[in-house]
Amino acid sequence: MKKSLTRRNMLKTSTAAIGAVAGAGLLKGFPAIHAADAPVIRYLGTAVNMGDAVQKKLFDDTGIKVKFIVKTTDEVVKTIFTQPNSFDIVDSEYFSMPKLVPSGNLLGMDTKRIKEWDNVTTAFTKGEVAGKKIGDQGTAPKKVMYLKGAKSKEFASEPTQYVTLIPTVYNADTLGIRPDLIKRPISSWAELLNPEFKGKASILNIPSIGIMDAAMVVEAMGEYKYPDKGNMTKKEIDLTMKIFTEAKKAGQFRAFWSDFNESVNLMASGEVVIQSMWSPAITAVRTKGIPCVYQPLKEGYRAWAAGFGLPSTTKGRQADICYEFINWYLSGWVGAYLNRQGYYSAVIPTAKKYMEAYEWDYWMMGKPATADIMSPEGKKLASKGEVRDGGSYEARMGGVACWNATMDENKYMVRKWNEMIAS
Amino acid sequence: MMKFLKLKPTVGLLSIPYSLIFIFFFFIPLTLTFIISFWDYNEYSIIPDFIFENYAYIFKDCLNFEEGICVTFKTYLSTFIFCFITWFFTLIIGFFVAYFLAFYVNSITWQIVLFLLCTIPFWTSNVIRMISWIPLLGRNGLVNDFLLSTGLADAPQEWLLYSGFSIVLAFVHLYTLFMIVPIFNSMMRIDKSIIEAAYDNGANGLQILWNVIIPLCKPGIVIGSIFVITVVMGDFITIGIMGGQQIPSIGKIIYVEMSYLQLPAAAANAVILLALTLLIIWIMTKMIDIRKEL
Repeated sequence: MKKSLTRRNMLKTSTAAIGAVAGAGLLKGFPAIHAADAPVIRYLGTAVNMGDAVQKKLFDDTGIKVKFIVKTTDEVVKTIFTQPNSFDIVDSEYFSMPKLVPSGNLLGMDTKRIKEWDNVTTAFTKGEVAGKKIGDQGTAPKKVMYLKGAKSKEFASEPTQYVTLIPTVYNADTLGIRPDLIKRPISSWAELLNPEFKGKASILNIPSIGIMDAAMVVEAMGEYKYPDKGNMTKKEIDLTMKIFTEAKKAGQFRAFWSDFNESVNLMASGEVVIQSMWSPAITAVRTKGIPCVYQPLKEGYRAWAAGFGLPSTTKGRQADICYEFINWYLSGWVGAYLNRQGYYSAVIPTAKKYMEAYEWDYWMMGKPATADIMSPEGKKLASKGEVRDGGSYEARMGGVACWNATMDENKYMVRKWNEMIAS
Repeated sequence: MMKFLKLKPTVGLLSIPYSLIFIFFFFIPLTLTFIISFWDYNEYSIIPDFIFENYAYIFKDCLNFEEGICVTFKTYLSTFIFCFITWFFTLIIGFFVAYFLAFYVNSITWQIVLFLLCTIPFWTSNVIRMISWIPLLGRNGLVNDFLLSTGLADAPQEWLLYSGFSIVLAFVHLYTLFMIVPIFNSMMRIDKSIIEAAYDNGANGLQILWNVIIPLCKPGIVIGSIFVITVVMGDFITIGIMGGQQIPSIGKIIYVEMSYLQLPAAAANAVILLALTLLIIWIMTKMIDIRKEL
């Protein structure tokens, strides 16, 4: 009896010891970057742009590993608020900045530590493409780019050393159409509510993005000209939602979508012939062999932009590794990878180095393809002779009319949007 | 209370693990939800307070019927209607499937096999299952192809998909199992000699069903009904996808509010939803005392 007791005590103490060691290890290893092991970055984001190929290349080039925390756009924002220490780097959209920056949960990013900072596209830093001003309604990146200091919770109107996010990727969004089912040219956002497409139209059910598409439509119909679509007054929200509620009641929409895959299915099945859509969704429909066009429209594009931010607690070696990762990200290989998916890289000159001349001509210059264009996964996207929808970078980004936005009346807008859905 | 004290101490000990789980993962979160529903909030944080604004906001304009009924009432009304229709169909179908399994299938092996067949709808993920309805019910789907080729319809029927019909169809397809299991369970406990006695006394099949089997299945029916009603009341994924995101649900409103960090507003909605669901269950348990029947 006595012997067994001692044995049990032995077990107890040794377990406690193991527990203590494990606990100490946890403390040391937190946040997830180990001094001895290969550095690991906990990457919070939608990860739509981070395929396996990117991770492998990253590890080969730098020895850094990435652990993904994949969430939807809205959930990413929520995580930054509620669990600011659960990640090492966050991939977020600029339109979330007016909400995020006042919370102080993000660190001002030091542009002096970004090698390619001077080469970041002017669409971000100045709101210009090829020297010409582009539309800046909504939360344009330049409005929420600069901070007054590293720990500041306020935006600076003039360029400073510290920025909210280091830009990575952006694009100009428009309506997607099925040319084979519509059989006539489409050139205006107003077509979304054209009774001709009754029961065959769709819009996305994500209020902060959907409202911008709605505003583009209302303006194109000549119903109202917004002083700033991206920051509507209550009256303007009412007006916009009234027009859409009437259209909905008249049966204009086949469905609303809130998930990327839903938009692909609606389009591919022919349930919908015209709808708000994202660039990779168009690609997904096309790789099924179904014709689908990302239709450029005369009123311009709705743009979005994303970048990397760090939690405000980041310091020391952890910061070094994150900056190394960001510098690698902007050094060209990923840029080319993004460009080949139809997005745009924030640092264009480095991306060019990693693209073949014919790819560059197709994706960036808007010239007819001189060879078949492949996706990064090796699927055929376009045949020889085809031209990219919307043409060149300058034509597409130069044609931006507004940006995804967080409005001052956000709360009211969300409520009105819900009312439209319920009507 | 006295009854509880008379229990042996070991019984109390045995209930500790479940009580702890219940307290930490149910009681505390629920209490927090209730508390937060009275807090204030802004774009990026929730502020401790004691205000009724979140509740007032939900029922704003609800007493003014000049512009039609308000969003909240409309949403609850639509949810109640879905609830009732789904309950009705799952009950009818579920009862007869359970009846068949309990009284016409004699081998336990076959009962198990047939039960597994009933679980097929749960073998795929929710989203895949929903998307799979498109090739069947869509404008160019199998049903419309059939209707057009046989001349039963001149044009594709649009109400088949993204409509109240498709929502009810998906609910019934999924949740009939929740009715089958408890009703089947009740039926298996019916003493066969009672049925024989009824038969010997001259009752016909219909009378046996109505006067013997259904009354004895009541606990199963109530339990199944509670499952179905609670699931449908809180659903937003099925209503969202099958309704083409055009048909409102309380769950969806809560979800959107949470996405926009309007947590106190979402909490207030959740509290109201919970209260209403509990009310329905309370009424049902008034109609039949489950504890006594078990």
